[in-house]
Amino acid sequence: MIKRSQVIEKEEVVIRFSGDSGDGMQLTGTLFSDTAALFGNDLSTFPDYPAEIRAPQGTVGGVSGFQVHLGHSEINTPGDFSDVLVAMNPAAIKANIKWVKDGGTIIFDKDNFTEKNIEKAGYEKDPIAEEKLDGYNIIDAPISSMVKEALKDFGLDPKSALRTKNMFALGMVYWLFDRKLDYTEKYFEKKFHNKPGIAEANKVALRAGYYYGETIEALRPVYKILPAPIAKGTYRNIAGNSAAAWGFMAAAEKANLQIFIGSYPITPATGILEELAAHKDLGVISVQAEDEIAGICTALGASFAGKLAITTTSGPGLALKSEAIGLAVMTELPIVIVDVQRGGPSTGLPTKTEQADLFQALFGRNGECPVVVIAASTPSDCFKFAYEAAKIAVEHMTPVILLSDSYLANGTEPWRIPEMKDLPAINPPIAESGSVPFHPYKRDCEKLSRYWAIPGTKGLEHRIGGLEKTTKGTVSYVPENHEHMVNIRDEKVKRVANFIPDIDVYGKQEGDLLVVGWGGSYGYLITAVRELQAEGRSVSLVNFNYINPLPRNVKDVFSRFKNILVCELNLGQFAGYLRMEHQEFAYEQLNKVQGLPFTIRDIKEKCIKILEDK
Amino acid sequence: MAEILVNKLTPKDFKSDQEIRWCPGCGDHAVLNAVQRAVAELGIPKEKFAFISGIGCSSRFPYYMDTYGFHSIHGRASAIATGVKTANPDLSVWQITGDGDALAIGGNHFIHAVRRNIDINILLFNNEIYGLTKGQYSPTSSKGLVTKTSPFGTVEEPFSVGDLVIGARGKFFARTVDANLALSTQVYIEAAKHKGTSVVEVLQNCVIFNDAIHDVVVGKEVRDDRTIILKHGQPMIFGKNNDKGLVLDGLKLKVIKIGENGVTEKDLLVHDAVEANPGIHYMLANMDYPEYPVALGVIRSVPGITYDAAVHEQIESVKSQSKIKCMDDLLMSGSTWVVE
Repeated sequence: MIKRSQVIEKEEVVIRFSGDSGDGMQLTGTLFSDTAALFGNDLSTFPDYPAEIRAPQGTVGGVSGFQVHLGHSEINTPGDFSDVLVAMNPAAIKANIKWVKDGGTIIFDKDNFTEKNIEKAGYEKDPIAEEKLDGYNIIDAPISSMVKEALKDFGLDPKSALRTKNMFALGMVYWLFDRKLDYTEKYFEKKFHNKPGIAEANKVALRAGYYYGETIEALRPVYKILPAPIAKGTYRNIAGNSAAAWGFMAAAEKANLQIFIGSYPITPATGILEELAAHKDLGVISVQAEDEIAGICTALGASFAGKLAITTTSGPGLALKSEAIGLAVMTELPIVIVDVQRGGPSTGLPTKTEQADLFQALFGRNGECPVVVIAASTPSDCFKFAYEAAKIAVEHMTPVILLSDSYLANGTEPWRIPEMKDLPAINPPIAESGSVPFHPYKRDCEKLSRYWAIPGTKGLEHRIGGLEKTTKGTVSYVPENHEHMVNIRDEKVKRVANFIPDIDVYGKQEGDLLVVGWGGSYGYLITAVRELQAEGRSVSLVNFNYINPLPRNVKDVFSRFKNILVCELNLGQFAGYLRMEHQEFAYEQLNKVQGLPFTIRDIKEKCIKILEDK
Repeated sequence: MAEILVNKLTPKDFKSDQEIRWCPGCGDHAVLNAVQRAVAELGIPKEKFAFISGIGCSSRFPYYMDTYGFHSIHGRASAIATGVKTANPDLSVWQITGDGDALAIGGNHFIHAVRRNIDINILLFNNEIYGLTKGQYSPTSSKGLVTKTSPFGTVEEPFSVGDLVIGARGKFFARTVDANLALSTQVYIEAAKHKGTSVVEVLQNCVIFNDAIHDVVVGKEVRDDRTIILKHGQPMIFGKNNDKGLVLDGLKLKVIKIGENGVTEKDLLVHDAVEANPGIHYMLANMDYPEYPVALGVIRSVPGITYDAAVHEQIESVKSQSKIKCMDDLLMSGSTWVVE
């Protein structure tokens, strides 16, 4: 079944590693993408794992995957369909085959295709025949037995030896893509520096896989992806959750504030808490609270005490934090609430992605309770928007909700490392001791932000709280005062629009169709729009990062297009919000709620249909 | 820790300009009074105090203190106070709460603050009723209490504050009575001086919805015989004529009369508030009339490491050992590559 062909130079390629959740596929994928990044490819990755830590072995529910998209031009998504699928068991084929390109390469561990495993995956006898994979490039390698053979002199028990079979598969993929093994070998040396035997066993398995590819020569086509033309600079791979954590630490340093995170673990947001907790060297105070509510309340207490306050969560946790967000709005204390969105409602799909918390972020509180809402759009720009969220929170004395999603949180991409001196200044309005009595709700006339009087400062003793107050901080039930304060808090958030950039149009400034997105679906939208433009279609894109308030030029941009298509991973929340904010325009919608990102194909088909119908 | 003031403050310095809105006759007035006396004694400047509260009658308290104050949301004061103190251990942080705020809606935060042993002072006003919502039963209402939401009497067992504190491995528990200014002032000072979570249960009277609920124990005529004021290092003696005391009888406490059956003062238990083993403290905290006198004063005060200090010590220790000193160091750490 193996096809013969010569080395193929390709623009881009998508590889998916998949196996049981215990097979080490996340590590395999990460090592491969790090190697590709060092080679100079642009890339984007996406881990796709089950919610159960160890779902029943061999079942479709237990399949864990890691997809890498690399190329020699700009890469914005982990890719829709893969060129190469590595399947460690039959269930991995069952779970992934619909995401493999027609005629793609499938590498699988023949030894693991036992009668029992085939049955567990829901096949009768022969997955290859039953899936009708004749047209595919099938590489059925006896991975398990070869690993055992290669390691027979290591004195490892069979279970430990088999644990390296992911590295054998990785070696085969390195052969396939003509990559060097040194980065991965160094990783073993570092990771197992106390167990040189294990490091060596992994190296042997990796090389065995590589040589196996070479030996059977048949293992082709060999893809060559040349380095991408990338801007000069120093790069690193970064995932969205780490990038967000780093953005907050950068903001704290710039603002000369200590950072305080109060959080409760929740998938897929936990990575931010973990990353911040690991950086006590930069003075991070981290409190793993007893629940979501205590997470935000400890952070709000810290904000009152003068710290850069962060709390992180996902949809269900944001619901629990609602009342405290209201308190932050009322007391006008700065705090950033990160919601790494997942499939909802309720527990929903904890490890899958969705953009369906937008309304919750915008409106999910009692009373007139405006907050600034910002959304990040790629794994690495989680840094930029975490920084920006912190800057807005402290400079405007307001809670800011930063929306990320499961896809950004766990996805990685190369990131050009910024220097601290190039980041914008952050100037918190800290009140200083003075002779006049401090009035907690006296405001800056430009931003309408109040001043931050930090406990410990002599002469600024004051009381704030959830009850409505006058400017002086006295509790007040006066009807006119309440209305005045409601309006002021609303206007304060609206005025943030004067401090954020206008929205950029990708493509021509006018035309037949404007694709509109927000947050994390950017990569798919830009790729689809770029392809449509290359095909000569009149399509442009705007992708929103600033949701509340919206940038000031939205009306101006929208009015230059004949059609507007709003694409989002929910039933149309941003479209609904735009209808409220800019009702003068008609909005078409493309929506998807499968816990998965868009595919380029989804988007292109919808755009073409609109263009051809009109 | 907070610096020592040269000019001594007076209780008056801690009175804010806000009009006090508690009902006339409410026990809260007396608590405010005693707290203002206590904080003036501590030698800590005003700006270093933060009073944090949740929701309920008692939670209005911060408005009446001329210090930093935060009147928050129902049940969450322990969490907010935890944030304030962890953010700045140099502050003297006080949480003012009630039996509903701390033990019902805020129960989780309360026990976790106690477990962490964060250095805050929690004054829990226990009037065994919901006052601000106008008379519903609370988690400390005695079984059978008839209220607006238990018109046929409650069928629930109440919480005991001391039980919860010791159950959550608490290190400081004291009890006082709202109107006993001298005792209260002393207890609040000791709570403030104790490093760790100090919980003071204040037997407080709600004059409107649960009037005189504590009088059976603390009423003027009976209090000497129905309460015992514990003092560290002193024999457990009480009674109008100082003629009653506590001894250990098997595994239980027992009230005895001095002089009867040859019992002398020397036979009485001597209070040891700093003993780490909570056995006797637990029994003392749970003594109830009529079998026993109700214990007042500092029942348990065990030194220990505080959460806020440990957090900051860890930060300093990691800082001193790490090569990463600033954000640029972190950004360039680990695997990076250069594109020329």
